[in-house]
Amino acid sequence: MGRYIAKRIVISLATLFVLVTVVFALVRLMPGDPFSSEKITPQIRQNLERYYGFDKPILQQYVIYIGQLAKGDLGYSMKYANATVNDIIAKAFPYSADLGLRALAIAVSVGLTLGIVSALNRKKPIDAVCVVVAMIGTSIPDFIMGYVLQYFFGIRWGLLPIAQYKGFAYTVLPSIGLGFYTLALVSRLMRSSMLEVVQQDYIKTAMAKGASRFRIVWKHMIRNAILPIVTILGPITASVLTGTFVIESIFAIPGMGKFYVTSVQSLDYTLVLGMTVFFGAFLVSANFIVDILYGIIDPRIRVSRR
Amino acid sequence: MKRTNDTPLLAVEGLSKYFRMSRTDVLKAVDGVSFEVFKGETVGLVGESGCGKSTTGRCIVRLHEPSAGSVRFDGEDVYAPVRSRAEARARSRRLCKDMQMVFQNPYSSLNPRMTVKDIVGEGLSLAGRMGERERDERITELLRTVGLGADHVSRFPHEFSGGQRQRIGIARALSVDPRFIVCDEPISALDVSIQAQVINMLKRLQAERGLTYLFIAHDLSVVKYVSDRVIVMYLGTVVEQSESVELYRHPLHPYTRALFSAIPEADPRIAKGRERILLKGEIPSPINPKDECRFADRCPMAQAVCRSGRPPLRDMGGGHSVACFLA
Repeated sequence: MGRYIAKRIVISLATLFVLVTVVFALVRLMPGDPFSSEKITPQIRQNLERYYGFDKPILQQYVIYIGQLAKGDLGYSMKYANATVNDIIAKAFPYSADLGLRALAIAVSVGLTLGIVSALNRKKPIDAVCVVVAMIGTSIPDFIMGYVLQYFFGIRWGLLPIAQYKGFAYTVLPSIGLGFYTLALVSRLMRSSMLEVVQQDYIKTAMAKGASRFRIVWKHMIRNAILPIVTILGPITASVLTGTFVIESIFAIPGMGKFYVTSVQSLDYTLVLGMTVFFGAFLVSANFIVDILYGIIDPRIRVSRR
Repeated sequence: MKRTNDTPLLAVEGLSKYFRMSRTDVLKAVDGVSFEVFKGETVGLVGESGCGKSTTGRCIVRLHEPSAGSVRFDGEDVYAPVRSRAEARARSRRLCKDMQMVFQNPYSSLNPRMTVKDIVGEGLSLAGRMGERERDERITELLRTVGLGADHVSRFPHEFSGGQRQRIGIARALSVDPRFIVCDEPISALDVSIQAQVINMLKRLQAERGLTYLFIAHDLSVVKYVSDRVIVMYLGTVVEQSESVELYRHPLHPYTRALFSAIPEADPRIAKGRERILLKGEIPSPINPKDECRFADRCPMAQAVCRSGRPPLRDMGGGHSVACFLA
């Protein structure tokens, strides 16, 4: 197990390194530079470029950046005066993380429940309802979902606030809006996975043992059926996190999404790079954790203990 | 013959299992099967794949609910209506302790997420309260009975070979100390070299524990070896039933004869002198069967009378009965 983990860590770090390199090159390939939109004298421009190190050869800039990165320093933002990228992330990330976690929790718990219920009641009305919900979830994009939720729950029925993020009531709509697609995905996957497990011979064995229906479902079916869900938890986390960009702007939440979008538009090199690296590190570690979890759940993948 | 008394341990009467395929189509997997199994004997159930032998076995151990007919175990109707859920659960517990099943495919019938200990021990926990230590001892003892070691308990099914897995399956079935076991083609998924080991083990266990087997198989030489009596099924019906030795010596039903003539003979001199009865065509569809002898379409001896209705199972004396108008 130790060797396996070490190997995964090395692969994860290599992934991040490639990511940094590619993004570093890409942002600089975009036409224009951070200061081209501002009306400034050539002298000030030159000073700014020297201040941020743009006068140095690009390779040297890259080496300096990597050196800083190794120390955890993401540099100064080029658009927000006197703010480091670390500051901005520290301020914005808690909002995004909170929203993302809530959305994930809703998606996984409700999604699993729907999937299991519908598989166990196959071809009955309740199954049809679950399937329709899942269909709606997978076919409606989150930016439309967000507005629909705002319209009905916020404006028509006046039940929940439609913008900002200042307490539990504010979190409900954006979490649902963000998590709905994933919820649908999880429920569909769990349903088909359960239906597959139902036909397995070892379920007949469990019946022959005289196990109760509850026990068969809980101990024999769900444990086997949940594996594909665990596999996609990594990518799911990714999609939920990137989804926050859209949902945050719809619900006016001061999270990472807002900064990310504006930083790309204004070519704020260090902020784009810093946030990409941050997200990248986040996703790589999510996948890393999933890989480890997978080994714990599926004994066949676990490396032999002897 | 091992009949200890005249009341059978298992009595199957008119057992039928229909699957509705569509509004007009009914698949009659098992159609009016009756037979008895006495304490301590092994009854072989043979037939081509798709003839309903596994379905019959499953109906007996209550994995399928039959469409019609009755199954009596030790005098008790296992499908008698119950008044309450508690009563149903109590009966289910009682019957699961008495009747167990060994499944055909040892690769798929063991839950891949459970250790051997959990697989074998789950039935024990369900059958009654038992201390942790006592349970562990029971599991080790069971594994030893089937030729596995105590160090195997914490392993997972994928770490074993097919033969070992089937031993686990047998240990699992034995765990609750049943009186009757349905062996649903327990060796057909195993290598030939392993088949004999498992068969001999089943025979040994039967002698040691006084077990009664319903042995489902399509390998006729194996059935001949293990069974006291043999029931031949064709397309959901019993066509012939007899003492094992008698049946192999004097098969009466044309289908049984054809089956037996297909058993490979190792000695070329004997093989040369034997006539092979080759059946034409495929086994017909069990969907909406006609009201005639089910074998009539493929029977080399079929006559008009065979189309007149379903032949009843007639006793030919000496416990040998056959469902053929011409026999």
